[in-house]
Amino acid sequence: MVSTQTTASADSAVSRGWQLPPNAKPILVAIAIAILVFFLAYLRTDGSSLILTQALVTGLMAGGVYGLVALGLTLIFGVLHVINFAQGALVTLGMYVTYVVANDLGWNPYLTLFISIPLLFAFGALVQKIMINRSMGEEHANTLLLTLALGLLIENALLLTFGGNPQSVRTGQETVYNIFGAVATQSRLIAFGGALILALLLFFMLQRTSIGTAIRAVASNPTGARLVGVNTSRIYVITFAIGAACAGAAGTLVAPIVSITPVAGEVFNITAFVIVVLGGLGKVLGALFGGLIVGLAEQFGGILFPDQSNLLGVFIVFVLILFLRPQGLFSSNS
Amino acid sequence: MADKLIQTIPSPIKSRRFFDGNMIALLIIIMVAIPVPLLLQAGQESVAIRIVIFAILGLSWNIMSGFGGMFSFGHAAYFGLGAYTSSILLVNFGISPWIGMAAGMVVAAIYGVLVGWLCFRYKLKGTYFALATFAFAEMLRILVQSAQAVNASVGYNVPLIKGSSWWYMQFPAGSSNYFWLGLILLAGCLLATILFARSKTGKFAVAIREDEGAASSIGIPVLRYKLTVISISAAMGAVAGVFYTQFYLFIDPDLAFGAYRSIEAILIPVVGGIGTIWGPLVGSLLLAPLNDITAAILRNPPPFLDFMQGQSGLDVMLYAVLIIVVILFLPKGVFGTIKDKVKRR
Repeated sequence: MVSTQTTASADSAVSRGWQLPPNAKPILVAIAIAILVFFLAYLRTDGSSLILTQALVTGLMAGGVYGLVALGLTLIFGVLHVINFAQGALVTLGMYVTYVVANDLGWNPYLTLFISIPLLFAFGALVQKIMINRSMGEEHANTLLLTLALGLLIENALLLTFGGNPQSVRTGQETVYNIFGAVATQSRLIAFGGALILALLLFFMLQRTSIGTAIRAVASNPTGARLVGVNTSRIYVITFAIGAACAGAAGTLVAPIVSITPVAGEVFNITAFVIVVLGGLGKVLGALFGGLIVGLAEQFGGILFPDQSNLLGVFIVFVLILFLRPQGLFSSNS
Repeated sequence: MADKLIQTIPSPIKSRRFFDGNMIALLIIIMVAIPVPLLLQAGQESVAIRIVIFAILGLSWNIMSGFGGMFSFGHAAYFGLGAYTSSILLVNFGISPWIGMAAGMVVAAIYGVLVGWLCFRYKLKGTYFALATFAFAEMLRILVQSAQAVNASVGYNVPLIKGSSWWYMQFPAGSSNYFWLGLILLAGCLLATILFARSKTGKFAVAIREDEGAASSIGIPVLRYKLTVISISAAMGAVAGVFYTQFYLFIDPDLAFGAYRSIEAILIPVVGGIGTIWGPLVGSLLLAPLNDITAAILRNPPPFLDFMQGQSGLDVMLYAVLIIVVILFLPKGVFGTIKDKVKRR
């Protein structure tokens, strides 16, 4: 019995000729698709490299912020197994915090991070403590609907207070930078850089600190974590709070770029889901790379299907990933 | 122990009677509802119609996700396909909305089966299935929004006719006929739900929801029954879409395929009671009038709410609070909780 198995595996190794790491194939397929898309986009623009460079730069810039939002979402899913449909609304909340503080108190918009992050952290903790912790362990649909209702509540409370008219945050002089011929405004660069820095900080916090270790322990085995003395419901509260803080930070970072409306966060909601599935539910670095991929998919979708909404490209990526690799690009197990 | 187990399995003979409690309840509801438009004051009719539309949409979601256990986050697709199919046939070819409705039901069912088959072919379950249905509905919205062939983001106005016609589902504004038309459709959908719940398909669907592996191991063709359930649900969703268009005389991509429509379809049965026959009706009776109540409050706000005058958003906030309260305190919905209490006695 044992011997037949060994021959079988040896056979397959021989017939394959050369060994690949187990999770390399989907990534190779993804790279092949990316090259194909790039080539098609090249043909579509009649070989204008400027448009392509611009799409690359804009896509990556936007993707960094998408990644930060998705990071919060994937963390919440990985630890709590809750799909947070309020994530987009929390981004909006971050935007309005920045809008109010920057315009009424005259702060530099980026300094409002020091208000939006703690505020959203506290808000997230409160939501988890008084609401979602109560229905943890019940059907998934219930927590999903709770967050959905929370999102509607936030959006419409903002609509009631600030009205539906688009608002904008006052910024100083916009400097425009030139990157390989493509242009990027200063605020986009700051948003991209800020998102990356915050995401990496969070990543190291999860890897190196004791609270991060506790969060990872609860994610991989809640019962085991409880046995060694981790207070799981406290970890749930902290995790949801971190997830909300990610959304709030993203809201502040994009506040100077977007026109702020009560539904401005919706697009982040949709992209965040795509990214989370793309990167693998619960995978932190997957969310970051997924963000960049979705940012690019949006831009190249815009080039390939010029008459359609940018989101079409995102959804095509989404459906492809769902069907071909629902466990995400960066997970090894199938 | 074994005796008790056997006793809890409902005997097949019991459900052979055609006029069971549910049927009698349906007849009573129809009787009570028929004179309703004669009692309503002007302007209240639209509330009654919205209850009907919500109830049909909720019943549709309930078949697929309540009885069938396949959580749909894209019911707007079925609603929108129904609305658009009948509008296109009516506007471009002058075909009666009755035929348009039949066509819309078929189109929605085919779409539902296709998407469902793709999802099950790739073994999507639970959360992933829900996200996939959402993604497909959103893609439909995006495609319709920029497709010139179906008027892109402008949508369709139903052409007005003179007088009233049952064949063209159009009556003068304020006519009671709209309500009676809706009542006929709603009664049809309720009847379909009752018959579905007692049919072999319905029982198999519940068995598959409870334990797919066990259902498959006793020989139930799981995939075929899942797709059948989706097609029934999709067809019902299309009915809601057609009636919506005929009453409001207008449809556009956001009204038809918007994510809010999918959320509505979920909330109605959740508030009423998922997986029960009467839950969606109870849910729509509670949710549909909310809009008008808040509109009335905002028109003439009590002194402490003065700042809200003329603002919008309160209606959906109340919605959201209601959902949160129901899920936290009545996780089985209003009707589901009452049913459980009665059973336990």
